[in-house]
Amino acid sequence: MHPAAWWAWALGIVVLAGRTGSATVLTLLALTALAVLLLARRRGGPAPGAYLTLALAVVVVRLVFHVLVGVPGGGTVIVDLPTLEVSWAPGLSLLGPITTGGLLSAVIGGLRLAVMVLAIGAAATAAPPTRLLPLLPPALHHLATAVVIAVAVAPSLSAAAGATRRARRLRGLPTRGVRAVAGTALPVLADALDRSLALAASMDTRGYARLLAPRDRRVTPLLLGSLVALGLGTYGLLTGDLRYGLPGLAVAVLLGAVAAGLAGRGPRRTQYRPARWRPPDLLLACVGALLALGATAGVPGGALAAAAVLGAVVGSVREPGARYREALA
Amino acid sequence: MIRLEAVSVTYPGQASPTLRDVDVSVAEGELCLVVGPTGAGKSTLLRAVSGLVPHFTGGTVHGRVVVDGRDTRDHRPRDLADVVGVVQQDPARGFVTETVEEELAYAMEQLGLPSDAMRARMEEVLDLLGLVTLRHRALRDLSGGEQQRVAIGAVLTAHPRVLVLDEPTSALDPAAADDVLAALTRLVHDHGMTVLLAEHRLERVVQYADRVLAVGPDGSVAEGAAGELVVRVAGGPPLVELAALAGWDPVPLSVRDARRRVAPLRARLAASEPPLPHVPRAATLLSAHDVHVRYPGTHAVRGVGLELAAGQVTAVMGRNGAGKSSLLWAVAGAAPRAAGTVLVAGRREAPAPADPAVLDPREARRRVALVPQDPGDLLYLGSVAAELAASDAQADAAPGTTAALFAGFAGAVPAAAHPRDLSEGQRLGLALAVQLAAGPPVLVLDEPTRGLDYAAKRVLARLLAEHARAGGSVLLSSHDVEFVAQCADRVVVLADGSVVSDAPAREVLVASPTFAPQVAKVLHPLPLLTVDEVRDALAVTG
Repeated sequence: MHPAAWWAWALGIVVLAGRTGSATVLTLLALTALAVLLLARRRGGPAPGAYLTLALAVVVVRLVFHVLVGVPGGGTVIVDLPTLEVSWAPGLSLLGPITTGGLLSAVIGGLRLAVMVLAIGAAATAAPPTRLLPLLPPALHHLATAVVIAVAVAPSLSAAAGATRRARRLRGLPTRGVRAVAGTALPVLADALDRSLALAASMDTRGYARLLAPRDRRVTPLLLGSLVALGLGTYGLLTGDLRYGLPGLAVAVLLGAVAAGLAGRGPRRTQYRPARWRPPDLLLACVGALLALGATAGVPGGALAAAAVLGAVVGSVREPGARYREALA
Repeated sequence: MIRLEAVSVTYPGQASPTLRDVDVSVAEGELCLVVGPTGAGKSTLLRAVSGLVPHFTGGTVHGRVVVDGRDTRDHRPRDLADVVGVVQQDPARGFVTETVEEELAYAMEQLGLPSDAMRARMEEVLDLLGLVTLRHRALRDLSGGEQQRVAIGAVLTAHPRVLVLDEPTSALDPAAADDVLAALTRLVHDHGMTVLLAEHRLERVVQYADRVLAVGPDGSVAEGAAGELVVRVAGGPPLVELAALAGWDPVPLSVRDARRRVAPLRARLAASEPPLPHVPRAATLLSAHDVHVRYPGTHAVRGVGLELAAGQVTAVMGRNGAGKSSLLWAVAGAAPRAAGTVLVAGRREAPAPADPAVLDPREARRRVALVPQDPGDLLYLGSVAAELAASDAQADAAPGTTAALFAGFAGAVPAAAHPRDLSEGQRLGLALAVQLAAGPPVLVLDEPTRGLDYAAKRVLARLLAEHARAGGSVLLSSHDVEFVAQCADRVVVLADGSVVSDAPAREVLVASPTFAPQVAKVLHPLPLLTVDEVRDALAVTG
């Protein structure tokens, strides 16, 4: 699949989850995203543990907060906890009766965030963010490189931190507390610096940045303008305010295209196996756009959720012959 | 192909040049070996050829370095990318992408090659290095040998004329190292590639080398044929020492050459008594039963049992990823084990045997000490003097204890030096001194010989023998068969997390095709492992 297609689908789900208030739709979306996540993991994606934990934690934290400080909603009282007034903070009361209505709205609030986490997690597992980077216009080449290096160094940095902590234990030194952190920080930073230098040397000797043309001065302001418009447009789309939403996005695309055109002149690096848009990819991306637009325009959530499921199925089913080609490889 | 004319390299802040008046040239299609003691400037020489010195590292270069007609003065490393391919010591640190195919394509993308040319070169290189089955795999899941071959492939796709490699086999098990060296010789013989290779373990590579550049401690570089020059390098490979003992001239560089001339020597040795097997003392210092170590997705150690007796040096060998490190860390109680028991004997103040994993770390290190693969991990202060003082305090030892131990291994080292600026051997010595300061009877070393030259290895072997003789026990893992032959009494071979053989070193090493040291291969079937043993045997027979 084209990596951008999965991200379009996931962003569509994020918008829909932000707009819908139906527990059924949210549950359906959560299950769909979870299925995509687990399937992508089975096909060799990175471990999804962090997303699952985060999604679960969001729901649990939301519930705990509701019980602790939540405003009781309508409906039947399930447990009638005593209300504790906090003397030093007037207006704040702890605990209090728990009702079905309040509990449901808390679950929906938590579920909404969980769906967003799972959808992004599914996209990141099916199409790792690094695979999106080659799609960026040459104007963003340096940014893309910085992201690639950060992504590559982060796991090794945590490995270095682990090694240093274990080594402290070997010397019989404490591994917790402020002094331990101070003791590990320096070796870990030194190691991170070493790794970055080794990586930079490797990139340099392999010809990185050899073909970059000197940069056009007009590119940076154009890009900044594009980013601001993109922010406004996304905000508009998420809040349902179409006066900002659509024009903002249109301006962002226009400015971005001009900037990319200016920056992309001159010799450039090429790409091995560029990602291609084939019919299933287009369909998946269209589903994403449909979800976002439909949710903003007030199309019923059930129909949109069905579209999301359809997109997930299209994206996850292998095109005929893929298995055969993989077997050959 | 490579020409260095009156080259001197001085790094900023250093009084004397790292390389001094180097005048050498390497012809096209040569495999040229760079040798010398640690810290002598081998890496600087390699980096000067790739343009990293001075463009990347800084420093002052006098003279001229010309590679395939391009002067590194006005060509940055990236401008040499299609001429010089550089493979670093630790391949994983140079990986830019996630999968094998992306990594191989990276250099071609930077050079702006058209798509169809990229596809053709990709298949060529995958075939040449035997990477076809790995093409879609994630780089982080590959074994050390596979990673090294990918790193070589990643520069080959740019079709360089020169390949520069800094210790490409130092982290590899013997079989994986042979794979990498076979790939290199094929490149030289079939494709006319010029290869410049730095290596400590000469016994592995010297037979393939056309020429040798020897970097001296003062930064001068001598060049010569492999046979002449290796003899002069202090404490060369076992074959060279054996040749000196037997009076062979010219020196044989491969086991095959030596075996053709060994008959008279073997006849003399056959008359001698075989060396006595080492009998360990009865006391068991550490016993481990049915140890399992699991990581998410792997079962690294599967039910290993181990008894470490006083006075014994035990070596754990096996392929990359066989579970050696995991076993060592679990036995030392320093990493979690999934199942099994480990008991380490007590000391006078606290006589009860205990599990080092549940002991307080400060008590645990008085019984069993571990030196990790990268000894630098143990060091965290800004100067050698500060490390030595902190170590005494942490071990409750008398002031000066660690310093005395350190001086015993490393000689005089400036006290103000930063631990990161020490040579590999000195850094290992410092980490060892720190760990031994608490007086632990059991010493565990994970892959201690990486990056050590022959002199440093000899010091380490002496030290381990002394520790064992004083009633301690040593457990180490190593890929270095010559080092194991030199110091181990007993060898445990792991495969896939289980023990394959556990026997006296002589039995395991002599019989094994991959683990046999050079002397055993040459003198086969005589059960002799090292040149020292041959010398002793000759002394007896006269």
